[in-house]
Amino acid sequence: MIKNITIEPLTRVEGHGKVTLQVDEHGNISSSRLHIVEFRGFEKFIQGRPYWEAPVLVQRLCGICPVSHHLAAAKATDEIVGAGVEHLPETALKMRQLMHYGQFFQSHALHFFHLSSPDFLFGVDAPVSKRNVLGVAAEFSDLARQGIMMRKFGQEIIEATAGKKIHGTGAIPGGINKNLSPEQRKAFLHGDPEFNASRMIEWAEGAIEVFLNYHRDNRNFVDGFASFPSNHMSMVNEDGGLDIYHGRLRAVNAEGEKILKDIDYRDYLQYIGEEVRAWSYMKFPYLKSLGKEKGWYRVGPLARLNCCDYIPTPRAQEAFEKFREYTNGKPNNMSMHMHWARLIETLFAAEMIERLLQDDALSGETLSYQGTKKFEGIGVIEAPRGTLIHHYRIGDDDLITMANLIVSTTHNNQPMNEAVFRAAQATFNGRTIVTEGMLNAVEVAVRAYDPCLSCATHALGQMPLMVEIQDADGNILDTRIRELE
Amino acid sequence: MNELVNFTIDKKECMSTKGKYLVDAAAENGIYIPTLCNITGIQPRGACRLCTVKVNGKLTTACTTPVYNNMEVENESPELQDLRKSIIELMFADGNHYCPYCEKSGDCELQAIAYRYRVTVPRFPYSFPKREIEAGHPLLAKDHNRCILCKRCIKAVKDDDGRSIFAFARRSHKLTISVDTRLSHVMSPEKAAYAAEICPVGAILLKGAAFKKPIGERKYDKKPIGTELEM
Repeated sequence: MIKNITIEPLTRVEGHGKVTLQVDEHGNISSSRLHIVEFRGFEKFIQGRPYWEAPVLVQRLCGICPVSHHLAAAKATDEIVGAGVEHLPETALKMRQLMHYGQFFQSHALHFFHLSSPDFLFGVDAPVSKRNVLGVAAEFSDLARQGIMMRKFGQEIIEATAGKKIHGTGAIPGGINKNLSPEQRKAFLHGDPEFNASRMIEWAEGAIEVFLNYHRDNRNFVDGFASFPSNHMSMVNEDGGLDIYHGRLRAVNAEGEKILKDIDYRDYLQYIGEEVRAWSYMKFPYLKSLGKEKGWYRVGPLARLNCCDYIPTPRAQEAFEKFREYTNGKPNNMSMHMHWARLIETLFAAEMIERLLQDDALSGETLSYQGTKKFEGIGVIEAPRGTLIHHYRIGDDDLITMANLIVSTTHNNQPMNEAVFRAAQATFNGRTIVTEGMLNAVEVAVRAYDPCLSCATHALGQMPLMVEIQDADGNILDTRIRELE
Repeated sequence: MNELVNFTIDKKECMSTKGKYLVDAAAENGIYIPTLCNITGIQPRGACRLCTVKVNGKLTTACTTPVYNNMEVENESPELQDLRKSIIELMFADGNHYCPYCEKSGDCELQAIAYRYRVTVPRFPYSFPKREIEAGHPLLAKDHNRCILCKRCIKAVKDDDGRSIFAFARRSHKLTISVDTRLSHVMSPEKAAYAAEICPVGAILLKGAAFKKPIGERKYDKKPIGTELEM
């Protein structure tokens, strides 16, 4: 008898999704789907609005990493006002970079400490009442405090550069609307010893140690769980180094061969296609050169570290070298290593924040530039969850006529489906009783991608989790409900 | 010589010049009466009705009522507070006011007054009207979604020959403010900036100026509306 298992909603992720698993008569997983069941529609309702509203309006997609949307839209509208990155005043460029690294730091800290660390510290099948951030605070108070303070530090950097911790207005078409005073920079660099840039670097290194210790004790799980070969795509700088603000698009296959060779991101439409499937509001992007079947790819921390040649800060570079050594220089295809990559990036962000804060350009007076107007703009940025594309066209009257957003979680759609299938196979095959821990194991695979389902379909919310086991005729054989924690 | 008159607002003794409009006379005495249509120095019309007070027990608009001796004014009674709050709520329900991405946010008088009167959710259903943005003018965009029909732009923005650049068009619930396309194309940048500045909401937008003022430095970031007058 064929059974269907539904996990709805997914918990400890941004947004609302569900998973369905089909179990065959032998008790093995025969198919799985990650459904994104919410719809936002920003691409449609921004049409008819003035282009200069885009950086402030579209960031309302999300409350976790709005800075990514803010900056991707700002980069696109920079092109519209004739102020591409080559014309952007240095103060504007560095203020935006600082804002972005601040956001990377807080978003990655949130994901590791608040969302994922309970799985590492207590185990995937620990009691639900314990497996949450409050459980971490009760048993690992220093670690929980560090996580909270790291997020706070990143958010204060955002506030200083964008005006608000969430949904600021700092980046404007062609520049930025404020600089940072030498006093503000000094406070972040040399202020409270428990809350300055060098302390953040130290704590970021400590977080990598937490992961590596877990890895050492659980090598089979971390290396094997939801692991599968795939292509990887990210932005790299002109020298092939890791860059999250600006660069060229590169993709490598599972063996490390370049399959997208550092292209100008403004040509993305030539290289990336999007497929629509009836059962999800989220599209499935793919590299056109490889087709829909083989062209899907991963984005995000793992993909970035697989694509780049080096990391331009010393401590993160050291951690990166160990990361690459583990797979003998080949791309790392282990889903759970996404956490390792994310923590190396957290360290990179902390080092970049310290470096930028030392730069006097942040206190410069030239904040914006206006060049020759254009009627189309494309902005690409590496959001915490991966490559983010914003593309706008405007009419003669400055109103937006077309908007296309390909967000990180959308790029990761097929990989997440793949990860769910592998995790479900490893967890459910041959088992006759479904436990809450087994369901969480599937969620752990999705969570590794830090998906932002709100962004990807353009609602935040947590509802009780319900699982139904159905026979092939849709008759409910068993129901399991997880109440709100 | 201007004749001085004595009057009371909420039983507080006040003094001003005879004939001065009540809204301005109150301000002289450190009392704030809210208004969204009035501009000091320009003939008042009482369009927004937000400054409604009771003078000797009778409802009237403070922007059109001159002060006189022994006038007794009621300004902050629960009844008037609720009346004003209703007017503000109706304005929000009547248009499409999305503060989160409006470039006037922080400088918007309607938003500031809504905060002052603690408007959270309007008691009236939103009408979600379908309105256009007129952005074909070289220096300005007119977002009809946010217009509260206060007439400030009609009264205060004229070309050098005294011709109105803004005017009412249509009637009743279809009433709108139209922009003279011919005049808007020869409008000076200073005049355009003035039009955007006096608009109490984000309905008249100066192109190329959006979000240039950082959060923290906008008009109402530091002081809530009215507190600059109040003692």
